[in-house]
Amino acid sequence: MILHHLILRVVTKIFVGTIILFALYVQFHGDFSPGGGFQAGVIMAVAFIIYGIVFGQVAVKKVFPEWVVHKVLSLGILIYAGTGIATMYLGYDFLDYDAFSPVNPTQGQHWGLLVIEFGVGVTVTGVMVAIYYAFAGRPPAISDEDW
Amino acid sequence: MIDAVTNIILLSMLVLTALAIVRMERLFAVVILSSVFSLLSALLFVALDAVDVAFTEAAVGAGISTVLMLSTIALTKPVEKRARHTALVPFIVVCVTGAALVYGTLDMPAFGDPNAPAQIHVGPKYLARTPDDIDVPNVVTAILGSYRGFDTLGEVAVVFTAGIGVLLLLSGLRRRREDEEEDLR
Repeated sequence: MILHHLILRVVTKIFVGTIILFALYVQFHGDFSPGGGFQAGVIMAVAFIIYGIVFGQVAVKKVFPEWVVHKVLSLGILIYAGTGIATMYLGYDFLDYDAFSPVNPTQGQHWGLLVIEFGVGVTVTGVMVAIYYAFAGRPPAISDEDW
Repeated sequence: MIDAVTNIILLSMLVLTALAIVRMERLFAVVILSSVFSLLSALLFVALDAVDVAFTEAAVGAGISTVLMLSTIALTKPVEKRARHTALVPFIVVCVTGAALVYGTLDMPAFGDPNAPAQIHVGPKYLARTPDDIDVPNVVTAILGSYRGFDTLGEVAVVFTAGIGVLLLLSGLRRRREDEEEDLR
């Protein structure tokens, strides 16, 4: 395991939490400010990737094991498509969120947007982390000094 | 006035970064400069009031792609290979393509034209109906998630498929190599 500079490790530990918090803000505040599931997913993945870069593959895979990543990346799209199926069950069109609150359609729209944005975020996080694992898990061809 | 100055400064920095990328041979510097390029484009999007696009460009272009390019360099070589052919033919191809693109923009509506098709087709309808239909302040989210929810599902499917593709390509190879190592023992 590579041990980077002390300052780098301390700063990373402080930053990871902040990054995750920011990702959650972007995720659930998407109705009111710029951002949404796609951006939040990428930011969330960055938290894990920066942790992996500084503390090594073994440490990050303890937090977010590879098999969990693979499940997560398909779970998100299931949440999204499942929302569509749910609205169809309630007798509305595919992805017509009015179904969740027929009395007050805008409320239903808010719920629908929240759920599908969450699905998008989950899939994007999973895909980004999975791609990073796939790249970083392979043995490097050049040593650290060659940079 | 301020807008024009900002745009000119940002665009010239963009061109300078692109030229530096072409000149560089150390790929580490190239990757970092392309990250700078993405960040500058994000700033341009902010200047154009497309904050959502800028956000995506900064997160994906400057963040994730840089990390992935660096991991790719770690798997290959840090220095660019010397070109074996002259750069004449690629240069001509680039010039012709660029000229065709510039020719194509001549038919496009002027920058910021209020009568451009993008402004008069469905855009005003979405802007007018969002407060009644969905009631969220960010119209971009309303369009992406609700009016065009099916398109966004397709986009998520594309991201998912891309992830699965990379996983199949890269993890498949790794398993085969492990098998070979076991065979050698």
